[in-house]
Amino acid sequence: MIGPEQGLTQPGMTIVCGDSHTSTHGAFGALAFGIGTSEVEHVLATQTLPQRRPRTMAVTVGGDLAPGVSAKDVVLAVVGRLGTTGGVGHIVEYRGSAIRSLSMEGRMTVCNMSIEAGARAGMIAPDEVTFAYLEGRRYAPKGADWERAVEDWRALTTDEGARFDAEVKLEAGSIRPHVSWGTNPAQVVAIDGRVPSPDDMASPAEREAAARALAYMGLEAGTPITSIEVDTVFIGSCTNSRIEDLRAAADVLRGRRVRKGLRALVVPGSRRVKLQAEAEGLDQVFREAGFEWRESGCSMCLGMNPDQLSPGERCASTSNRNFEGRQGRGGRTHLVSPAVAAATSVAGRFATPAGLGA
Amino acid sequence: MKPVRIVSGRAVPLDRSDVDTDQIIPSEWLKRIERTGFGAGLFAEWRDDPGFVLNDPDHAGATILVAGPNFGTGSSREHAVWALVDHGFSAVVSPRFGDIFRNNSTRSGLVPAEVSDADGRALLEAVSADPSLEVVVDVERRLVEAPGVGISAPFRLDDDARDRLLRGLDDIGVTSQHLADIDAYEGRRPTWLPTLRPRRQASA
Repeated sequence: MIGPEQGLTQPGMTIVCGDSHTSTHGAFGALAFGIGTSEVEHVLATQTLPQRRPRTMAVTVGGDLAPGVSAKDVVLAVVGRLGTTGGVGHIVEYRGSAIRSLSMEGRMTVCNMSIEAGARAGMIAPDEVTFAYLEGRRYAPKGADWERAVEDWRALTTDEGARFDAEVKLEAGSIRPHVSWGTNPAQVVAIDGRVPSPDDMASPAEREAAARALAYMGLEAGTPITSIEVDTVFIGSCTNSRIEDLRAAADVLRGRRVRKGLRALVVPGSRRVKLQAEAEGLDQVFREAGFEWRESGCSMCLGMNPDQLSPGERCASTSNRNFEGRQGRGGRTHLVSPAVAAATSVAGRFATPAGLGA
Repeated sequence: MKPVRIVSGRAVPLDRSDVDTDQIIPSEWLKRIERTGFGAGLFAEWRDDPGFVLNDPDHAGATILVAGPNFGTGSSREHAVWALVDHGFSAVVSPRFGDIFRNNSTRSGLVPAEVSDADGRALLEAVSADPSLEVVVDVERRLVEAPGVGISAPFRLDDDARDRLLRGLDDIGVTSQHLADIDAYEGRRPTWLPTLRPRRQASA
């Protein structure tokens, strides 16, 4: 959250951190990936980290996104296509007109979840959108340095006709809002779909994993996603807690109320996002709708603080991992976009803003 | 780090795919600042189930974990490796590992032996059928063997990682031999890149 906000994250940099979602910074055309504690130690001691050259993968999302489809839906569709280890050993470059059309916030959401497909890093080539975002930020270059930097950054694009070790293509127009149904982020389905059956799975391992996931999630195959009721809605995490995410959720909630008995919390990703949202009056929109407006942080994304689910509690969450127990022991997490999370808080079951009616 | 050439002993079969690092060690354990004592939190949620394979006395004292595909995905927490090592494991066998988990493993001397799907399945079945089966993970030859049932499975491990395991090398020590090159590289750093020290604000 803070690296990009402060202009510390810049194209062409190499950024490592002891957090697998470090890949978020790849949205700026930086090579950014998560490392373990021993590797952090190595970086602090030597300012370097020995690496093997990774394989390359192009994920191209062509065409235009339909209204109501967000960056989160794009990346959930990508992870659903690649599986949890489809990207292992690779660094992904996201490209295509639908990626280009995303704001920096949206690009960060996409790169953030690269690790959910097994790729340690995801990148998007810097362009005018990137430069416009960076210009004037505290640690961004100034004056003549800015001109030189931008000139340098413009060179950070993949050559025409470059060959990748792997290529995946998605058509933006066919991507609908997504909801995860299982216990890994590749177990996703469009919101107008149904909970799949283990019998639909290709391999015995996937059938086994799906059966186990359905049992843990307390779901039956064939259930329409929009009929599943939730207990809690969480808007936050390094995937979806930037100002654009909060605006998208607030747009849905204006003049509406969270369904009775449902717990709803919104946790800005940083202090700066919190202050910006308050300056725009978004905190009032959330509060009036019945959301708790909280201090910035990770909160219910990984349940390290008291914001946790109870056993069996079902949550629509804008975070990145629906692993067993991720949000609290026995908790049931469904990954969604901020707009779907907000609409779901009103309906009490999975819904899109359009599905709420007037 | 101690050199690791051969890991031999009995094995525990963990017949599930997509075991992420949140399952290996839940986040509530991450607030500790030691590198030791994480064995008690290994697979914490599943350990409550008396039927969970790690609770089976037949598998007590095993040194090798044989897991399903996609082991160690998700969070970068190295605590997952520390928990496995602290519990007594010296090698993990799986057809596929999360990249960060695999890197973390070799830094603590835990051998990530990546076998084929078919060999992984055969090992899971053999170890499930006979908990006393002797399994050998040979780092030098990159082989997982269970002589009692005639299994000899090659595993993937890159040359650098293998070399570091065999020689017990300290990574920081190895890199420190190149400090002059690192300094030279840093001397070429573009002036526009940010520094850790904030630019001095104009004082009032």
